[in-house]
Amino acid sequence: MPIQVLMPALSPTMEKGNLSKWLKKEGDQVKSGDVIAEIETDKATMEVEAADEGTLGKILIPEGTNDVAVNTPIATILGDGETAADADKAAEPAAQNKSSQSAPPAAAPEAAEAKSAPAPAQHAPEAPTVSAAADPDIPSGTEMATITIREALRDAMAEEMRRDPDVFVMGEEVAEYQGAYKVTQGLLQEFGDRRVIDTPITEHGFAGVGVGAAMAGLKPIVEFMTFNFAMQAIDQIINSAAKTLYMSGGQLGCSIVFRGPNGAAARVAAQHSQDYSAWYSQIPGLKVVAPYSAADAKGLLKAAIRDPNPVIFLEHEMLYGQSGEVPKLDDYVIPIGKARIVREGSDVTLISWSHGMTYTLKAADELAKDGIKAEVIDLRTLRPLDTETIIASVKKTGRAVTVEEGWQQNGVGAELSARIMEHAFDYLDAPVTRVSGKDVPMPYAANLEKLALPSVAEVVEAAKAVCYR
Amino acid sequence: MAAPKKSAAKEIAQDKAGGASPSNVPPFTKEQELGAFREMLLIRRFEEKAGQLYGMGAIGGFCHLYIGQEAVVVGMQMALRDGDQVITGYRDHGHMLACGMEANGVMAELTGRRGGYSKGKGGSMHMFSLEKNFFGGHGIVGAQVSLGTGIAFANRYRGDGRVCLAYFGDGASNQGQVYESFNMAELWKLPVIYVIENNRYAMGTSVTRSSAQTDFSKRGVSFNIPGEQVDGMDVRAVKAAGDKAVAHCRAGNGPFILEMQTYRYRGHSMSDPAKYRSREEVDKVRNDQDPIEQVRKRLLALDMTEDDLKSIDAEVRKIVNESADFAQHDPEPDPSELYTDVYR
Repeated sequence: MPIQVLMPALSPTMEKGNLSKWLKKEGDQVKSGDVIAEIETDKATMEVEAADEGTLGKILIPEGTNDVAVNTPIATILGDGETAADADKAAEPAAQNKSSQSAPPAAAPEAAEAKSAPAPAQHAPEAPTVSAAADPDIPSGTEMATITIREALRDAMAEEMRRDPDVFVMGEEVAEYQGAYKVTQGLLQEFGDRRVIDTPITEHGFAGVGVGAAMAGLKPIVEFMTFNFAMQAIDQIINSAAKTLYMSGGQLGCSIVFRGPNGAAARVAAQHSQDYSAWYSQIPGLKVVAPYSAADAKGLLKAAIRDPNPVIFLEHEMLYGQSGEVPKLDDYVIPIGKARIVREGSDVTLISWSHGMTYTLKAADELAKDGIKAEVIDLRTLRPLDTETIIASVKKTGRAVTVEEGWQQNGVGAELSARIMEHAFDYLDAPVTRVSGKDVPMPYAANLEKLALPSVAEVVEAAKAVCYR
Repeated sequence: MAAPKKSAAKEIAQDKAGGASPSNVPPFTKEQELGAFREMLLIRRFEEKAGQLYGMGAIGGFCHLYIGQEAVVVGMQMALRDGDQVITGYRDHGHMLACGMEANGVMAELTGRRGGYSKGKGGSMHMFSLEKNFFGGHGIVGAQVSLGTGIAFANRYRGDGRVCLAYFGDGASNQGQVYESFNMAELWKLPVIYVIENNRYAMGTSVTRSSAQTDFSKRGVSFNIPGEQVDGMDVRAVKAAGDKAVAHCRAGNGPFILEMQTYRYRGHSMSDPAKYRSREEVDKVRNDQDPIEQVRKRLLALDMTEDDLKSIDAEVRKIVNESADFAQHDPEPDPSELYTDVYR
């Protein structure tokens, strides 16, 4: 059976083109890969190659023809023993003919069109809802240790490294220097330089190396000296770590933790003070954790290291030295994805996380003095976000204030506001109000820096405003 | 920017016209010649079919064909052993077939169907097979170099003697993370071979217009990484260079760079107008240095006949046609797959 050569598309959007030139004539021998014609559109020209071996039987569309529809037969190629008469036969019922391609050619453009504009009835399926497990019970009589957050993080890593030989730590100054912020103190001594690895100053590169190692089955903890420097690595975090499981149809996952201090420290100016909570928590495929207390820091980091997905673990330099009680349990793991109600109240819900909690908790104390009972929620995890806990609280209080150090536009507070509006609109007695970092690069001068960050007074004021007080 | 005009891209492997066998290339056995011929032909026919399906609108988005470069992956694969890993960029169909992945699964991914290697969620540039130790298929130029270095890191961490091949092009060679990776790979003596497929054009920009150092085998010099230029159109030369580099890595000596001097016959992607090079340039490489034609001539000079080779071609065409058929009739992914595989 003679084989038809069809008018090809240069791109999925091309519908027709001009047949500008035939480079072979009827009767010429052609083999796979020979250029037989040139076609062009207003955007480009393209060479048509023969995909089969044989004789060019009949040219169906002469050169110089404009607006030839994609998938129109333009020529026939004859195999051994076939003649021009066969070519005529092949050309007759053009659209129905069996070409070397098996889809009916004439149907293809419509099919492509249909694909680009799906039937209106087709809706995306419901997004799955996630509900996280509750925190583990702490048996009564459990001894509590008062340790710093820095120590809690270190203990979490050390325990997980003892438990699983595939876990290792890499980053700048994590080994011999004992950590730029001393979070990895003592790990080199216990685990050696095979598992506690000082990297060159090369964030993009070592993030990629970490992701590659994770794809090969290891469980890296990649420390960024601060998340400000991770902007150099964000392509590997998002394009490689977060998306590969999906793009591989579930074959190739990536169990990796990216951790380090995030947000504003003190007097280090704009390039070293950014809060990336909103950036990372937008990305499907990532989990984002940002603890405030020492116990959460330990329990959540252990969960993050065990998680089979990439986890962004946002710490805060201003919290490293803060102490808190951590239960002395062999294996204290807090499930990712559950917010904690830190303080119960009935008048207004204050929502924050990480260092934002310092303003929020102090504000709750102030508000109590004025008889306003604030409920304080520590999100702890930013993705997946514990909508359930937030909505339940807002339905109870009818008012909400979000507190974050990051910028307001497209911030976490904006997302919280939207979710509260979507799920608890009828319960609201006042608009949701956001307290946030100001819309400026972080200034260096002490007084300006203070103004750029949220304050206890701003939280108190916002809470009173939504309570109409 | 006005740079001094350099001469046109230099001839690749100038002295090797028509498959003449230079004395320094170790010969293949007949079995090796036949194996390489079949593998390269499978890739060529597969890519020709993919080009056709793209022209018909059955394949969407971007589609980068490997035609002309077949000897690189086929020769390198012959130098590997079970367990060694492969990672590459977006021009990945040939690598997958060379790794032993099924034509059906690759073609069905190109058409976005559920039987594709990524269940239709990845497309041309994003396919993987853990079973065949193929780690993708990556769409961000240069990203696979750091990732491949990380896979080699895992090999060294485990001490399992495996070697990772990280393929990238002359274009990706100018990305910063490539050099960050070179530094760490040599510092930590990681078993990774950087295979630079120099096909002379980064999309439409020739190496002379984009690269200050056009000898890519020297790109590791400041990190003390040894490198070699290889005639990437001669599958035997590729295999020999691969053997040497693999032995270097396997012995714990750290990374190795192989610059494969090759050529892509087709455009960068299907919608490439190809105004940046002449038809004569393409035809010259095609007529004088085609990797498959070289092997064909050697096979005919042995005791193989045209009919023997035609029957191999027929067998390969059958596989490819079946894959095209499968790829057009396999259903699209079920809508319920929208939300799967985001998290484990």
